[in-house]
Amino acid sequence: MNAAVNLDTLLPELDHRHLDWLEEEAIFILREVAASFERPGLLFSSGKDSCVVLHLAEKAFKRKISAPGERPRFAGKLPFPLVHVDTGHNFPEVTAFRDARVAELGDRLVVGHLEDSIKKGTIRLAHPLESRNGHQTVTLLETIEENRFDCMIGGARRDEEKARAKERIFSHRDSFGQWQPKEQRPELWTLFNTRHRPGEHFRSFPISNWTELDVWLYIARENIPLPELYYAHQRQVIRRKGLLVPLTDVTPPEAGETVETATVRFRTVGDMTCTCPVESGAQTAADIVAETLTVTVSERGATRMDDRTSDASMERRKKEGYF
Amino acid sequence: MSDTAVNNTDHRETLKGADHRALRFLTAGSVDDGKSTLIGRLLFESQAILADQLDTLAKRAAGEPIDLSLLTDGLEAEREQGITIDVAYRYFATKTRKFIIADAPGHEQYTRNMVTAAAGSDAAVVLVDITKIDWRASPVPLLPQTRRHTLLANLLRVPSIVFAVNKLDAVGDDAAEAFAAVKGSLEAFAAEAGITVAGIIPVSALRGDNVTLPLDAPWYAGPSLLQLLESLPTTQETPQGALLQPVQYVARDDAEEADAAKGTGHQSRVFWGRIAHGSVKAGDAVQVFPSGQGAVVAEVRRAGSSVASAQAGESAGIVLDRQLDISRGDWIGSPAGFQATQRFSATLCWLDTEPAVPGRKYWVRHGNRWCQARIAHIDHRFDIHSLTPTDAHELNVNDIGEVTIELQQPLPVESYASNRVGGALIVVDPTSNRTSGALLVKAAVHA
Repeated sequence: MNAAVNLDTLLPELDHRHLDWLEEEAIFILREVAASFERPGLLFSSGKDSCVVLHLAEKAFKRKISAPGERPRFAGKLPFPLVHVDTGHNFPEVTAFRDARVAELGDRLVVGHLEDSIKKGTIRLAHPLESRNGHQTVTLLETIEENRFDCMIGGARRDEEKARAKERIFSHRDSFGQWQPKEQRPELWTLFNTRHRPGEHFRSFPISNWTELDVWLYIARENIPLPELYYAHQRQVIRRKGLLVPLTDVTPPEAGETVETATVRFRTVGDMTCTCPVESGAQTAADIVAETLTVTVSERGATRMDDRTSDASMERRKKEGYF
Repeated sequence: MSDTAVNNTDHRETLKGADHRALRFLTAGSVDDGKSTLIGRLLFESQAILADQLDTLAKRAAGEPIDLSLLTDGLEAEREQGITIDVAYRYFATKTRKFIIADAPGHEQYTRNMVTAAAGSDAAVVLVDITKIDWRASPVPLLPQTRRHTLLANLLRVPSIVFAVNKLDAVGDDAAEAFAAVKGSLEAFAAEAGITVAGIIPVSALRGDNVTLPLDAPWYAGPSLLQLLESLPTTQETPQGALLQPVQYVARDDAEEADAAKGTGHQSRVFWGRIAHGSVKAGDAVQVFPSGQGAVVAEVRRAGSSVASAQAGESAGIVLDRQLDISRGDWIGSPAGFQATQRFSATLCWLDTEPAVPGRKYWVRHGNRWCQARIAHIDHRFDIHSLTPTDAHELNVNDIGEVTIELQQPLPVESYASNRVGGALIVVDPTSNRTSGALLVKAAVHA
């Protein structure tokens, strides 16, 4: 569906060359992780941010074998596995995309299943259809512990949310996996302090300095593959509290609600129980760039049911060990 | 992508094609000086704030005008307890430039925050609150903290220092006279301290005067604050000189590894690292530090591909024509380019609540090398208010001093003034692993 986009043609007015600088910085951070840690892993949810980080990792560690303009292909292996926390409530298109990408990449995938934590009893659901998003932290920390990961690379951006705006590029987590905002290490120049004790670990965020627009500009320029959910498609939805709730097995209509078909795309993909699409006819990354330039609602405001409950919900979850 | 921000950037044609990197700047000034309002105003007028985020503020304002200072309101703990947690990073963009604000809380003891924000900043915006100044006096007295913030930014070698004279709305018809008086005083102070000022800009952050849109007043013909920020240089601009590349990551070359397996060639390695200064191309003779061995560059790579050359600021993958033992922390440079030392004088900014103890062993990081080091001597400490040197035997949190450092092994340190990569080190406490200090190298000390 997509081809690489020449941004000078798409947006002659916009100076997009800061993407080169952002790319340079992100690749530097990825190499820093590979050099400083013994057992890093790259969190790969198949969301657009982690697809961008994966592409950057390929650029940092592999050799490009595709011609300019072609869908990017690389030879070689990453120095760390991909890691996915599977809530069991993923959109099927996303899981299919993940498996197809991993098969193509030839890199290793580690999956932590939330279902396993439920079986073990480390997660107790109050209700079988409860959102599993908040419970991910338990499975994530168990996966980190089982695999003895000492640094998890994530695709979080500081423009997403104000608790994220406060987090370091190399974020120290204690032996409980928790983020302690008051204990953060000052980050001076690019002299990252990655020293830690056994049992502690780091989270590293190579695209901290990117915005949602930067991400879409980069996806368009680099022709990065994404799950098809990101582009306009027809979907059955329910209108609830100003959001479009996708009709799924785990998000059935409530009494009195009407199911309708709408042309939508997802701005973010997460757990089915808490991720909403927006109405849009954008079919390519270039269309989405144009749409993002005029958007008036933030990514989380438009798409997340669970983050609306409190001004500080992200901060609280991060303190518990959420990425 | 603000229309206002686009319309008032007449000089951007000169920028286009020259400098596309983000400008990182910090804001200095205490909370009362309108720092949060100024940042809120910049974010709001550049449309970096979206409707749902404004809604949250509108609800809190309950019918009153929205308080833009709340946009920079951070964490739950900060809101509830008034605790400041050092720097937050905020983003906005115009069509010509991307900006990263290092938003350090204006706390009483802000040196730690300011050091963190200043490391890597291209510019400092020092807020001057005109309502706190007796601008009719002759000479006009500046507030001690204006002097201190400016001297601190200068000491940390933030390349561009800008004064934003704020709250001009509060002096009404006297704005022209008040601004001229304060400007004169700031210029005199800067000249006396030997500081080059990038601009002195009158603003009203509250009303939005001259923040992004130029001021419509007969007495001021200069740029708006945003226009000035759009024209300042970024420090990542290519430092010239001999090649110096700190080796960050050593990769095996997969393609050649396959050849090696077939017995068709040797297995070469790629030495990745961000070039501190100079440039590199195939055929260049280089030397490795600390081994001193020489080689010739066989190939240069960037992000996944071979390239003709790479220059300062870029990460280069260097492939050499022969096998040498090189690992992370080593340096690749022009032949005879290394001036290594085990002793140097430096400005030390102490950030840890545990005081600096001369003689104790710390970890320091220089480039990509971790090395043990000790503070051989505290030469003096700067008085926290005037920044004049005073005698001292220890440094406490938020102190800045001049020290002599002794290294366990020689390192190719350079002066911070000539190069940030070669002249910056962090000090890490070996017990707590906390980042305890920042070192800005002054000069090697030869015994």
